[in-house]
Amino acid sequence: MSKIEIKNIYKIFGPQPDQVLSMVQNGAGKEQVMEETNHTVGLDNVSLSIKEGEIFVCMGLSGSGKSTLIRHINRLIDPTSGQVIVDGVDVLSLDKKEILEFRKKTMSMVFQRFGLFPHKTVIENVAYGLEIQEAPEGQRKEIAQGQIDAVGLQGFENQYPAQLSGGMQQRVGLARALATDPQILLMDEAFSALDPLIRSEMQTQLVDLQSKLKKTIVFITHDLDESLKLGDHIGILNGGRLVQVGRPEDIILNPADDYVKAFVKDVNRSKVLRAKTVMTKIDKFDTSGINPSSTYKYDEDTFIEDLIPRVLKDRSTIEVIDKTGSTTGYISSEELSEALTKTK
Amino acid sequence: MIRKLLTYLTFPIIMIWLLITSFNSSRFRPDSAMELLTDPSWLNNWPRWLDIPLMKWINDGFKVFNEEYGIYFEAVNNFLLGAILSLKKFLMMMPWPIVIALVVAIVFFSSGRKIGTTIFVGICTFFIGFLHPRFWDKAIETTSIMLIGIILCILIGIPLGITMARSVRVRNATLPVLDLMQTIPSFCYLIPGIMLFGLGAVPAIIATVIYAVPPLVRLTDLGIRLVDTEVIEAAEAFGASDKQKLLGVQLPLALPNIMQGINQCTMMALAMVVIASMIGTRGLGDEVLLGLQQLNVGKATEAGLAIVLLAIVLDRITQAYGQKIQERNKPPK
Repeated sequence: MSKIEIKNIYKIFGPQPDQVLSMVQNGAGKEQVMEETNHTVGLDNVSLSIKEGEIFVCMGLSGSGKSTLIRHINRLIDPTSGQVIVDGVDVLSLDKKEILEFRKKTMSMVFQRFGLFPHKTVIENVAYGLEIQEAPEGQRKEIAQGQIDAVGLQGFENQYPAQLSGGMQQRVGLARALATDPQILLMDEAFSALDPLIRSEMQTQLVDLQSKLKKTIVFITHDLDESLKLGDHIGILNGGRLVQVGRPEDIILNPADDYVKAFVKDVNRSKVLRAKTVMTKIDKFDTSGINPSSTYKYDEDTFIEDLIPRVLKDRSTIEVIDKTGSTTGYISSEELSEALTKTK
Repeated sequence: MIRKLLTYLTFPIIMIWLLITSFNSSRFRPDSAMELLTDPSWLNNWPRWLDIPLMKWINDGFKVFNEEYGIYFEAVNNFLLGAILSLKKFLMMMPWPIVIALVVAIVFFSSGRKIGTTIFVGICTFFIGFLHPRFWDKAIETTSIMLIGIILCILIGIPLGITMARSVRVRNATLPVLDLMQTIPSFCYLIPGIMLFGLGAVPAIIATVIYAVPPLVRLTDLGIRLVDTEVIEAAEAFGASDKQKLLGVQLPLALPNIMQGINQCTMMALAMVVIASMIGTRGLGDEVLLGLQQLNVGKATEAGLAIVLLAIVLDRITQAYGQKIQERNKPPK
């Protein structure tokens, strides 16, 4: 079942969004609307469904509406038209009090520039969500301390955010978001402000945490490599429209339009594609020419990066096996070269 | 469309109407219409009939106001007078070394234990009495009027600033009033103040509040609006209510600006207390006025210096506290 359902969301910024709505619904583009009515189209008929326990990455350049989209999920922004359903509850039907309860219980958010409270210490920052929920002092401290330990910030509890480096500040942001134990984590360009090394470290940490916690994470980024590394599913936004949704390898192998094509052009495919997507299935592969002694067995989830030296250097064929150990397909130099170059 | 056209047409129509009535009321009767343009002397003087009787309205209104509501002002007067007198009595009752010690202690703790500032302020306080023994009591009198004024400013200014930061409509309505309060000559409200409250300290306090509250309101409003939007969003994302947001995030982060506002408020209040001596408020301003009336330059200067010293003391106290908060929120370089 899908955890978050977004149905036909339109968001128009300007003084009279309702009057412009019908124009956008009839297919007017962002530039046209801007020119004729001086309204900005934030989101244009976006529908999404995000499954429980997955990392859904929403990708696009700046101005594509991705930050607007994520703010619809916890209703920091109200849509001009459309529906947002979280856990079967129509978020837009909640009144002011209910929406506060909903934000406290169901989700929390991590921000691009961290959004930490400069006047609170690290531990007070992490405990903020619990403070809002009016949890008892002792419990707050205990949970906050646990989260600080989990992100590796022991010893910095009583420092102020300004005294920490960017990477450490974002760990505080992450710990703060996790402290309330939400089912959904919204991450708005969470790692974009960090330098590349720290960013990759944080990505790994997030993947590790996720394997334990199994939250539903909506992650916003403009970085394709980041989205391929983290995402179970990726949605690509352009000018407020959702251009393509799919698994990382779908995006790479079958880009929906020129915009996506331009995005995936420079990506290192060997780090994204897995053996099972590249292989030729066992029933279609001509096994007559291969020498059983020069085949290697690999798990179907292996990235083809690991297979390249085997195939190219040892001139061997890869036998792809699934979890139970039975062979599902083969990869030879032919499959490999096709996967690494071809774009439809 | 028609609405827009009407708005654009209003101004020219009024102008034409004014021109026609101006011509009618002038004695100029030219032979040809061309002469109206070549000899525009009929437009040289502002027509006498074109006059809004604001003075009469205000005078009448004020009279009725004074008669109808005088009793309320009496109550306010008594309350404020009582507050000033008891504060003054309390401060004057204390031996002067203890007052100096108290000021030093306040500076020491509010500045985050800065020795230099503390010693400097201590010396300044000492010099107020050292300049002329009579100044000590006068300074205390001035300070008590100011303190009451500043407390009123804080009670009015900060909530108003908060409301302005939250509602564009309130801000649009308030800003011109603040402009008015800051630019209108102080005697324009000192005199009505006397008529409502009588001579003495209370109209001085009212004048002080009118003159000194605008910077505090502006800086509170600015301080709250300058709080990083992402920080506000973070609070909202965790489900903070408006009250939790205001008390837990916005006000603490706006505090350096608010403290700056209180500092400005203090300085302006001091300036006003001196002017207010002209309506019979006792205190240091009184001494300046006396010096001027007697053409005693030395006396006026001495009293002026005492006011500067008092200003320095109050400025350091309010400034130091704001700086202490600001340092904590800024990264160490």
